[in-house]
Amino acid sequence: MNLLVLAAETENPLVPPIPELVIGLIAFVIVFGFLAKKLLPNINKVLDERREQIEGGIEKAEAAQTEAQSVLEQYKAQLAEARHEAARLRQEALEQGTALKEELRAEGQRQREEIIAAGHAQIEADRKAASHALRQDVGKLATDLAGKLVGESLEDAARQSRTIDRFLSELEEKAEAAR
Amino acid sequence: MSADLTQVLAFETDCHIFDGCGFPGPGLHSFLFEPLWGEAGTTSAYFNKPMLLALLGSVIIVAFFWAAFRKPKVVPGKLQMVAEAGYDFVRRGIVYETLGKKEGEKYVPFMVSLFFFVWVLNVWSIVPVAQFPVTAIIAYPAALALIVYFIWMSVTFKRHGFVGGFKNLTGYDKSLGPVLPLVMVIEFFSNVLVRPFTHAVRLFANMFAGHTLLLLFTIASWYLLNGIGIAYAGVSFIMVIVMTAFELFIQAVQAYVFVLLACSFIQGALAEHH
Repeated sequence: MNLLVLAAETENPLVPPIPELVIGLIAFVIVFGFLAKKLLPNINKVLDERREQIEGGIEKAEAAQTEAQSVLEQYKAQLAEARHEAARLRQEALEQGTALKEELRAEGQRQREEIIAAGHAQIEADRKAASHALRQDVGKLATDLAGKLVGESLEDAARQSRTIDRFLSELEEKAEAAR
Repeated sequence: MSADLTQVLAFETDCHIFDGCGFPGPGLHSFLFEPLWGEAGTTSAYFNKPMLLALLGSVIIVAFFWAAFRKPKVVPGKLQMVAEAGYDFVRRGIVYETLGKKEGEKYVPFMVSLFFFVWVLNVWSIVPVAQFPVTAIIAYPAALALIVYFIWMSVTFKRHGFVGGFKNLTGYDKSLGPVLPLVMVIEFFSNVLVRPFTHAVRLFANMFAGHTLLLLFTIASWYLLNGIGIAYAGVSFIMVIVMTAFELFIQAVQAYVFVLLACSFIQGALAEHH
Protein backbone atom coordinates (compact mmCIF):
# COMPACT_ATOMS: atom_id res chain seq x y z
CA MET A 1 0.00 0.00 0.00
CA ASN A 2 2.58 2.46 1.09
CA LEU A 3 4.75 1.32 -1.69
CA LEU A 4 2.17 2.37 -4.22
CA VAL A 5 1.68 5.76 -2.62
CA LEU A 6 5.37 6.17 -2.62
CA ALA A 7 5.49 5.06 -6.20
CA ALA A 8 2.81 7.57 -7.09
CA GLU A 9 4.90 10.31 -5.64
CA THR A 10 8.15 9.28 -7.21
CA GLU A 11 7.20 7.52 -10.42
CA ASN A 12 7.00 9.44 -13.66
CA PRO A 13 3.68 8.66 -15.35
CA LEU A 14 5.43 8.92 -18.73
CA VAL A 15 7.83 6.09 -18.00
CA PRO A 16 6.16 2.88 -19.04
CA PRO A 17 6.42 -0.03 -16.62
CA ILE A 18 7.83 -3.07 -18.39
CA PRO A 19 5.17 -5.64 -17.35
CA GLU A 20 2.39 -3.43 -18.69
CA LEU A 21 4.32 -2.92 -21.90
CA VAL A 22 4.62 -6.67 -22.36
CA ILE A 23 0.97 -7.31 -21.61
CA GLY A 24 -0.04 -4.53 -23.98
CA LEU A 25 2.01 -6.07 -26.77
CA ILE A 26 0.62 -9.52 -26.08
CA ALA A 27 -2.95 -8.24 -26.05
CA PHE A 28 -2.46 -6.44 -29.34
CA VAL A 29 -0.74 -9.39 -30.98
CA ILE A 30 -3.69 -11.58 -30.03
CA VAL A 31 -6.07 -9.20 -31.78
CA PHE A 32 -3.81 -8.73 -34.79
CA GLY A 33 -3.15 -12.45 -35.14
CA PHE A 34 -6.79 -13.41 -35.26
CA LEU A 35 -7.85 -10.55 -37.48
CA ALA A 36 -4.97 -10.64 -39.95
CA LYS A 37 -4.60 -14.40 -40.28
CA LYS A 38 -8.17 -15.57 -40.30
CA LEU A 39 -11.03 -13.18 -39.93
CA LEU A 40 -10.17 -10.35 -42.32
CA PRO A 41 -9.13 -12.67 -45.19
CA ASN A 42 -12.47 -14.41 -44.60
CA ILE A 43 -14.47 -11.27 -44.96
CA ASN A 44 -12.38 -9.99 -47.86
CA LYS A 45 -13.17 -13.14 -49.80
CA VAL A 46 -16.86 -12.68 -49.16
CA LEU A 47 -16.74 -8.98 -50.04
CA ASP A 48 -15.08 -9.81 -53.36
CA GLU A 49 -17.63 -12.52 -53.97
CA ARG A 50 -20.43 -10.09 -53.22
CA ARG A 51 -19.03 -7.49 -55.58
CA GLU A 52 -18.76 -10.09 -58.32
CA GLN A 53 -22.31 -11.21 -57.70
CA ILE A 54 -23.59 -7.67 -57.83
CA GLU A 55 -21.71 -7.01 -61.05
CA GLY A 56 -22.98 -10.31 -62.46
CA GLY A 57 -26.48 -9.40 -61.37
CA ILE A 58 -26.25 -6.06 -63.11
CA GLU A 59 -25.04 -7.71 -66.29
CA LYS A 60 -27.83 -10.25 -66.10
CA ALA A 61 -30.39 -7.53 -65.59
CA GLU A 62 -29.05 -5.61 -68.56
CA ALA A 63 -29.25 -8.70 -70.75
CA ALA A 64 -32.79 -9.35 -69.61
CA GLN A 65 -33.73 -5.80 -70.36
CA THR A 66 -32.36 -5.95 -73.91
CA GLU A 67 -34.17 -9.19 -74.47
CA ALA A 68 -37.41 -7.76 -73.16
CA GLN A 69 -36.97 -4.77 -75.42
CA SER A 70 -36.47 -6.94 -78.50
CA VAL A 71 -39.45 -9.12 -77.59
CA LEU A 72 -41.56 -6.04 -77.14
CA GLU A 73 -40.56 -4.75 -80.53
CA GLN A 74 -41.30 -8.12 -82.06
CA TYR A 75 -44.74 -8.14 -80.50
CA LYS A 76 -45.41 -4.65 -81.67
CA ALA A 77 -44.47 -5.61 -85.22
CA GLN A 78 -46.66 -8.69 -85.04
CA LEU A 79 -49.54 -6.67 -83.71
CA ALA A 80 -49.22 -4.12 -86.50
CA GLU A 81 -49.09 -6.92 -89.03
CA ALA A 82 -52.19 -8.52 -87.55
CA ARG A 83 -54.03 -5.21 -87.64
CA HIS A 84 -53.05 -4.74 -91.26
CA GLU A 85 -54.19 -8.25 -92.10
CA ALA A 86 -57.52 -7.70 -90.37
CA ALA A 87 -58.10 -4.50 -92.30
CA ARG A 88 -57.28 -6.27 -95.54
CA LEU A 89 -59.67 -9.14 -94.77
CA ARG A 90 -62.45 -6.72 -93.89
CA GLN A 91 -61.97 -4.87 -97.14
CA GLU A 92 -61.96 -8.10 -99.07
CA ALA A 93 -65.13 -9.30 -97.36
CA LEU A 94 -66.82 -6.02 -98.12
CA GLU A 95 -65.89 -6.30 -101.76
CA GLN A 96 -67.00 -9.88 -101.94
CA GLY A 97 -70.30 -9.03 -100.27
CA THR A 98 -70.96 -6.23 -102.73
CA ALA A 99 -70.21 -8.49 -105.66
CA LEU A 100 -72.46 -11.19 -104.30
CA LYS A 101 -75.30 -8.76 -103.79
CA GLU A 102 -74.90 -7.49 -107.32
CA GLU A 103 -74.94 -11.01 -108.69
CA LEU A 104 -78.01 -12.01 -106.71
CA ARG A 105 -79.84 -8.93 -107.84
CA ALA A 106 -79.02 -9.67 -111.50
CA GLU A 107 -80.14 -13.26 -111.06
CA GLY A 108 -83.44 -12.17 -109.52
CA GLN A 109 -84.02 -9.74 -112.34
CA ARG A 110 -83.40 -12.45 -114.89
CA GLN A 111 -85.72 -14.92 -113.20
CA ARG A 112 -88.46 -12.32 -112.96
CA GLU A 113 -88.19 -11.54 -116.63
CA GLU A 114 -88.26 -15.23 -117.47
CA ILE A 115 -91.37 -15.75 -115.40
CA ILE A 116 -93.06 -12.76 -116.99
CA ALA A 117 -92.17 -13.99 -120.48
CA ALA A 118 -93.46 -17.48 -119.68
CA GLY A 119 -96.68 -15.98 -118.40
CA HIS A 120 -97.12 -13.94 -121.53
CA ALA A 121 -96.61 -17.00 -123.76
CA GLN A 122 -99.06 -19.01 -121.70
CA ILE A 123 -101.65 -16.27 -121.92
CA GLU A 124 -101.15 -16.02 -125.71
CA ALA A 125 -101.52 -19.79 -126.17
CA ASP A 126 -104.63 -19.86 -123.99
CA ARG A 127 -106.10 -16.96 -125.86
CA LYS A 128 -105.43 -18.69 -129.18
CA ALA A 129 -106.96 -21.97 -127.99
CA ALA A 130 -109.96 -20.13 -126.58
CA SER A 131 -110.33 -18.14 -129.79
CA HIS A 132 -110.13 -21.34 -131.82
CA ALA A 133 -112.73 -23.15 -129.67
CA LEU A 134 -114.97 -20.14 -129.61
CA ARG A 135 -114.78 -19.83 -133.39
CA GLN A 136 -115.82 -23.50 -133.78
CA ASP A 137 -118.61 -23.23 -131.25
CA VAL A 138 -119.92 -19.95 -132.62
CA GLY A 139 -119.69 -21.36 -136.20
CA LYS A 140 -121.56 -24.48 -135.15
CA LEU A 141 -124.21 -22.57 -133.28
CA ALA A 142 -124.59 -20.14 -136.20
CA THR A 143 -124.90 -22.90 -138.79
CA ASP A 144 -127.25 -24.81 -136.57
CA LEU A 145 -129.35 -21.73 -136.22
CA ALA A 146 -129.12 -20.86 -139.93
CA GLY A 147 -129.92 -24.45 -140.84
CA LYS A 148 -133.03 -24.35 -138.79
CA LEU A 149 -134.00 -21.10 -140.43
CA VAL A 150 -133.25 -22.06 -144.08
CA GLY A 151 -133.58 -25.81 -144.07
CA GLU A 152 -131.03 -28.47 -144.42
CA SER A 153 -129.28 -27.00 -147.43
CA LEU A 154 -126.48 -25.74 -145.55
CA GLU A 155 -125.33 -29.02 -144.15
CA ASP A 156 -122.55 -29.49 -146.61
CA ALA A 157 -119.57 -29.32 -144.39
CA ALA A 158 -117.20 -27.76 -146.79
CA ARG A 159 -119.48 -24.97 -147.68
CA GLN A 160 -120.34 -24.55 -144.13
CA SER A 161 -116.75 -24.16 -143.09
CA ARG A 162 -115.94 -21.68 -145.74
CA THR A 163 -118.94 -19.55 -144.99
CA ILE A 164 -118.23 -19.58 -141.27
CA ASP A 165 -114.61 -18.63 -141.78
CA ARG A 166 -115.57 -15.81 -144.03
CA PHE A 167 -118.13 -14.64 -141.55
CA LEU A 168 -115.75 -14.74 -138.67
CA SER A 169 -113.05 -12.97 -140.60
CA GLU A 170 -115.54 -10.27 -141.34
CA LEU A 171 -116.33 -10.09 -137.64
CA GLU A 172 -112.68 -9.82 -136.77
CA GLU A 173 -112.15 -7.16 -139.32
CA LYS A 174 -115.03 -5.23 -137.88
CA ALA A 175 -113.69 -5.65 -134.41
CA GLU A 176 -110.32 -4.44 -135.48
CA ALA A 177 -111.85 -1.49 -137.29
CA ALA A 178 -113.81 -0.65 -134.20
CA ARG A 179 -110.76 -0.65 -132.04
CA MET B 1 -7.29 8.59 4.79
CA SER B 2 -3.60 8.39 4.28
CA ALA B 3 -3.65 4.62 4.37
CA ASP B 4 -5.17 3.84 1.01
CA LEU B 5 -4.86 6.29 -1.81
CA THR B 6 -4.75 3.87 -4.68
CA GLN B 7 -7.75 1.60 -4.83
CA VAL B 8 -10.26 3.52 -2.76
CA LEU B 9 -13.40 4.37 -4.63
CA ALA B 10 -15.08 7.58 -3.59
CA PHE B 11 -18.10 5.78 -2.19
CA GLU B 12 -16.06 3.55 0.08
CA THR B 13 -15.13 6.42 2.37
CA ASP B 14 -17.49 8.23 4.64
CA CYS B 15 -15.84 11.53 4.02
CA HIS B 16 -18.22 14.40 3.23
CA ILE B 17 -17.89 18.16 3.11
CA PHE B 18 -18.22 19.96 6.52
CA ASP B 19 -17.04 16.76 8.18
CA GLY B 20 -13.62 18.19 8.60
CA CYS B 21 -11.92 15.88 6.15
CA GLY B 22 -10.28 17.17 3.01
CA PHE B 23 -11.44 16.54 -0.54
CA PRO B 24 -9.98 13.21 -1.67
CA GLY B 25 -9.17 14.49 -5.14
CA PRO B 26 -7.95 12.25 -7.93
CA GLY B 27 -4.26 12.14 -8.73
CA LEU B 28 -1.50 9.98 -10.04
CA HIS B 29 -2.40 7.42 -7.41
CA SER B 30 -5.71 6.91 -9.23
CA PHE B 31 -3.76 5.32 -12.06
CA LEU B 32 -1.82 2.86 -9.96
CA PHE B 33 -3.24 -0.53 -9.21
CA GLU B 34 -2.29 -3.20 -6.78
CA PRO B 35 -1.75 -6.66 -8.19
CA LEU B 36 -4.96 -8.65 -8.27
CA TRP B 37 -3.24 -11.39 -6.34
CA GLY B 38 0.00 -11.69 -4.45
CA GLU B 39 1.82 -9.07 -2.45
CA ALA B 40 2.56 -5.66 -3.88
CA GLY B 41 6.17 -4.91 -4.57
CA THR B 42 7.38 -8.43 -3.90
CA THR B 43 7.79 -9.35 -7.51
CA SER B 44 8.31 -7.59 -10.81
CA ALA B 45 5.93 -10.01 -12.52
CA TYR B 46 2.50 -8.98 -11.38
CA PHE B 47 -0.99 -8.85 -12.82
CA ASN B 48 -3.32 -5.94 -12.15
CA LYS B 49 -6.67 -4.61 -13.29
CA PRO B 50 -5.51 -2.70 -16.42
CA MET B 51 -3.71 -5.82 -17.62
CA LEU B 52 -6.84 -7.84 -17.10
CA LEU B 53 -8.85 -5.21 -18.98
CA ALA B 54 -6.33 -5.16 -21.83
CA LEU B 55 -6.49 -8.93 -22.28
CA LEU B 56 -10.25 -8.92 -21.84
CA GLY B 57 -10.44 -6.22 -24.51
CA SER B 58 -8.50 -8.47 -26.88
CA VAL B 59 -10.82 -11.33 -26.13
CA ILE B 60 -13.87 -9.15 -26.76
CA ILE B 61 -12.57 -7.85 -30.09
CA VAL B 62 -11.58 -11.31 -31.28
CA ALA B 63 -14.89 -12.77 -30.09
CA PHE B 64 -16.86 -10.06 -31.83
CA PHE B 65 -15.07 -10.44 -35.15
CA TRP B 66 -15.03 -14.19 -34.75
CA ALA B 67 -18.81 -14.21 -34.40
CA ALA B 68 -19.20 -11.79 -37.31
CA PHE B 69 -16.57 -13.00 -39.78
CA ARG B 70 -15.98 -16.67 -38.98
CA LYS B 71 -18.53 -17.82 -41.51
CA PRO B 72 -19.27 -14.65 -43.43
CA LYS B 73 -22.15 -14.67 -45.84
CA VAL B 74 -22.54 -12.84 -49.11
CA VAL B 75 -25.86 -11.58 -47.83
CA PRO B 76 -24.79 -10.40 -44.38
CA GLY B 77 -26.67 -10.82 -41.13
CA LYS B 78 -27.01 -8.01 -38.63
CA LEU B 79 -23.80 -8.73 -36.74
CA GLN B 80 -21.79 -9.16 -39.90
CA MET B 81 -23.20 -5.92 -41.24
CA VAL B 82 -22.12 -4.00 -38.15
CA ALA B 83 -18.66 -5.56 -38.22
CA GLU B 84 -18.37 -4.84 -41.94
CA ALA B 85 -19.28 -1.22 -41.30
CA GLY B 86 -16.47 -0.95 -38.72
CA TYR B 87 -14.02 -2.75 -40.96
CA ASP B 88 -14.96 -0.62 -43.94
CA PHE B 89 -14.67 2.56 -41.88
CA VAL B 90 -11.01 1.87 -41.11
CA ARG B 91 -10.22 0.41 -44.50
CA ARG B 92 -11.77 3.10 -46.68
CA GLY B 93 -12.07 5.98 -44.24
CA ILE B 94 -8.51 5.85 -42.94
CA VAL B 95 -6.18 3.54 -44.84
CA TYR B 96 -7.34 4.10 -48.42
CA GLU B 97 -7.70 7.82 -47.75
CA THR B 98 -4.10 8.22 -46.66
CA LEU B 99 -2.14 5.41 -48.33
CA GLY B 100 -4.28 4.74 -51.36
CA LYS B 101 -5.83 1.43 -52.29
CA LYS B 102 -2.75 -0.08 -53.89
CA GLU B 103 -0.16 0.71 -51.24
CA GLY B 104 -2.58 0.64 -48.34
CA GLU B 105 -4.08 -2.84 -48.78
CA LYS B 106 -1.10 -4.44 -47.05
CA TYR B 107 -1.59 -2.37 -43.90
CA VAL B 108 -5.36 -2.78 -43.59
CA PRO B 109 -5.33 -5.71 -41.13
CA PHE B 110 -2.83 -3.95 -38.89
CA MET B 111 -4.73 -0.68 -38.90
CA VAL B 112 -8.08 -2.36 -38.30
CA SER B 113 -6.63 -4.25 -35.35
CA LEU B 114 -5.01 -1.09 -34.06
CA PHE B 115 -8.19 0.94 -34.28
CA PHE B 116 -10.43 -1.53 -32.52
CA PHE B 117 -7.81 -2.37 -29.92
CA VAL B 118 -7.29 1.27 -28.99
CA TRP B 119 -10.98 2.00 -29.09
CA VAL B 120 -11.99 -0.87 -26.84
CA LEU B 121 -9.20 -0.07 -24.39
CA ASN B 122 -10.47 3.51 -24.34
CA VAL B 123 -14.08 2.50 -23.91
CA TRP B 124 -13.26 0.56 -20.73
CA SER B 125 -13.28 4.04 -19.21
CA ILE B 126 -17.06 4.18 -19.07
CA VAL B 127 -17.93 0.51 -18.81
CA PRO B 128 -19.43 -0.06 -15.37
CA VAL B 129 -17.16 -1.90 -12.92
CA ALA B 130 -14.18 -1.66 -15.29
CA GLN B 131 -14.31 2.16 -15.41
CA PHE B 132 -10.69 2.63 -16.28
CA PRO B 133 -9.24 3.55 -19.67
CA VAL B 134 -6.36 1.15 -20.10
CA THR B 135 -4.70 3.57 -22.49
CA ALA B 136 -4.37 6.05 -19.60
CA ILE B 137 -1.34 4.01 -18.59
CA ILE B 138 1.52 5.08 -20.83
CA ALA B 139 2.79 1.53 -21.34
CA TYR B 140 -0.15 0.55 -23.58
CA PRO B 141 -0.05 3.48 -26.02
CA ALA B 142 3.76 3.24 -25.93
CA ALA B 143 3.67 -0.43 -26.92
CA LEU B 144 1.40 0.35 -29.85
CA ALA B 145 3.38 3.43 -30.86
CA LEU B 146 6.54 1.29 -30.79
CA ILE B 147 5.05 -1.24 -33.18
CA VAL B 148 3.99 1.58 -35.51
CA TYR B 149 7.46 3.09 -35.20
CA PHE B 150 9.16 -0.17 -36.20
CA ILE B 151 6.87 -0.64 -39.17
CA TRP B 152 7.39 2.95 -40.22
CA MET B 153 11.17 2.75 -39.96
CA SER B 154 11.43 -0.57 -41.77
CA VAL B 155 9.23 0.75 -44.57
CA THR B 156 11.39 3.87 -44.81
CA PHE B 157 14.65 1.98 -45.20
CA LYS B 158 13.23 -0.81 -47.30
CA ARG B 159 11.71 1.64 -49.74
CA HIS B 160 14.57 4.10 -50.05
CA GLY B 161 17.67 2.22 -48.95
CA PHE B 162 19.84 3.45 -46.09
CA VAL B 163 20.86 6.81 -47.57
CA GLY B 164 17.50 7.44 -49.18
CA GLY B 165 15.73 6.52 -45.96
CA PHE B 166 17.94 8.90 -44.05
CA LYS B 167 17.15 11.63 -46.56
CA ASN B 168 13.45 10.83 -46.27
CA LEU B 169 13.57 11.15 -42.50
CA THR B 170 15.57 14.38 -42.53
CA GLY B 171 13.62 16.11 -45.30
CA TYR B 172 16.79 16.43 -47.37
CA ASP B 173 16.32 19.08 -50.06
CA LYS B 174 19.25 20.70 -51.83
CA SER B 175 17.30 23.82 -52.78
CA LEU B 176 17.25 24.85 -49.13
CA GLY B 177 20.92 25.82 -49.40
CA PRO B 178 22.65 26.94 -46.23
CA VAL B 179 19.60 26.29 -44.05
CA LEU B 180 19.73 22.60 -44.99
CA PRO B 181 21.81 21.37 -42.02
CA LEU B 182 19.50 23.13 -39.58
CA VAL B 183 16.40 21.73 -41.30
CA MET B 184 17.90 18.26 -41.33
CA VAL B 185 18.65 18.36 -37.62
CA ILE B 186 15.18 19.61 -36.77
CA GLU B 187 13.46 17.15 -39.11
CA PHE B 188 15.50 14.23 -37.84
CA PHE B 189 14.76 15.17 -34.26
CA SER B 190 11.09 15.66 -35.06
CA ASN B 191 10.63 12.47 -37.06
CA VAL B 192 12.82 9.98 -35.34
CA LEU B 193 12.54 11.04 -31.72
CA VAL B 194 9.53 13.26 -31.13
CA ARG B 195 6.92 11.63 -33.35
CA PRO B 196 6.67 8.24 -31.67
CA PHE B 197 6.71 9.94 -28.29
CA THR B 198 3.91 12.38 -29.13
CA HIS B 199 2.05 9.60 -30.89
CA ALA B 200 1.85 7.63 -27.64
CA VAL B 201 1.49 10.60 -25.32
CA ARG B 202 -1.37 12.16 -27.31
CA LEU B 203 -3.51 9.12 -26.66
CA PHE B 204 -2.27 8.60 -23.13
CA ALA B 205 -2.80 12.21 -22.07
CA ASN B 206 -6.29 12.44 -23.53
CA MET B 207 -7.44 9.35 -21.73
CA PHE B 208 -5.59 10.30 -18.57
CA ALA B 209 -7.24 13.71 -18.49
CA GLY B 210 -10.64 12.29 -19.33
CA HIS B 211 -10.44 9.75 -16.55
CA THR B 212 -9.25 12.38 -14.10
CA LEU B 213 -12.19 14.62 -14.97
CA LEU B 214 -14.66 11.80 -14.52
CA LEU B 215 -13.08 10.92 -11.20
CA LEU B 216 -13.14 14.51 -10.09
CA PHE B 217 -16.84 14.95 -10.67
CA THR B 218 -17.73 11.51 -9.35
CA ILE B 219 -15.80 11.99 -6.15
CA ALA B 220 -17.20 15.50 -5.76
CA SER B 221 -20.77 14.23 -6.19
CA TRP B 222 -20.20 11.98 -3.21
CA TYR B 223 -18.08 14.35 -1.19
CA LEU B 224 -20.61 17.20 -1.45
CA LEU B 225 -23.50 15.15 -0.10
CA ASN B 226 -23.82 17.04 3.16
CA GLY B 227 -25.91 20.06 4.12
CA ILE B 228 -26.06 22.75 1.49
CA GLY B 229 -23.50 20.82 -0.52
CA ILE B 230 -26.23 18.46 -1.73
CA ALA B 231 -27.34 21.07 -4.28
CA TYR B 232 -23.82 21.24 -5.64
CA ALA B 233 -23.60 17.46 -5.61
CA GLY B 234 -26.49 17.43 -8.08
CA VAL B 235 -24.64 19.77 -10.40
CA SER B 236 -21.54 17.66 -10.09
CA PHE B 237 -23.48 14.52 -10.91
CA ILE B 238 -24.92 16.11 -14.02
CA MET B 239 -21.35 16.89 -15.00
CA VAL B 240 -20.50 13.21 -14.52
CA ILE B 241 -23.17 12.29 -17.06
CA VAL B 242 -22.12 15.02 -19.47
CA MET B 243 -18.46 14.05 -19.19
CA THR B 244 -19.29 10.38 -19.68
CA ALA B 245 -21.02 11.21 -22.95
CA PHE B 246 -18.15 13.46 -23.93
CA GLU B 247 -15.62 10.74 -23.10
CA LEU B 248 -17.50 8.30 -25.32
CA PHE B 249 -16.92 10.73 -28.16
CA ILE B 250 -13.27 11.40 -27.24
CA GLN B 251 -12.52 7.67 -27.01
CA ALA B 252 -13.57 7.15 -30.60
CA VAL B 253 -11.82 10.28 -31.80
CA GLN B 254 -8.54 9.34 -30.12
CA ALA B 255 -8.63 5.85 -31.56
CA TYR B 256 -9.26 7.39 -34.99
CA VAL B 257 -6.44 9.92 -34.55
CA PHE B 258 -4.01 7.27 -33.37
CA VAL B 259 -4.62 5.14 -36.46
CA LEU B 260 -4.70 8.13 -38.77
CA LEU B 261 -1.29 9.24 -37.51
CA ALA B 262 0.11 5.73 -37.92
CA CYS B 263 -1.11 5.80 -41.53
CA SER B 264 0.31 9.24 -42.19
CA PHE B 265 3.75 8.18 -40.85
CA ILE B 266 3.76 5.23 -43.24
CA GLN B 267 2.53 7.45 -46.02
CA GLY B 268 5.51 9.76 -45.42
CA ALA B 269 7.81 6.76 -45.60
CA LEU B 270 6.27 5.53 -48.85
CA ALA B 271 6.35 8.97 -50.48
CA GLU B 272 8.95 9.53 -53.14
CA HIS B 273 11.67 11.85 -52.08
CA HIS B 274 11.00 15.35 -53.37
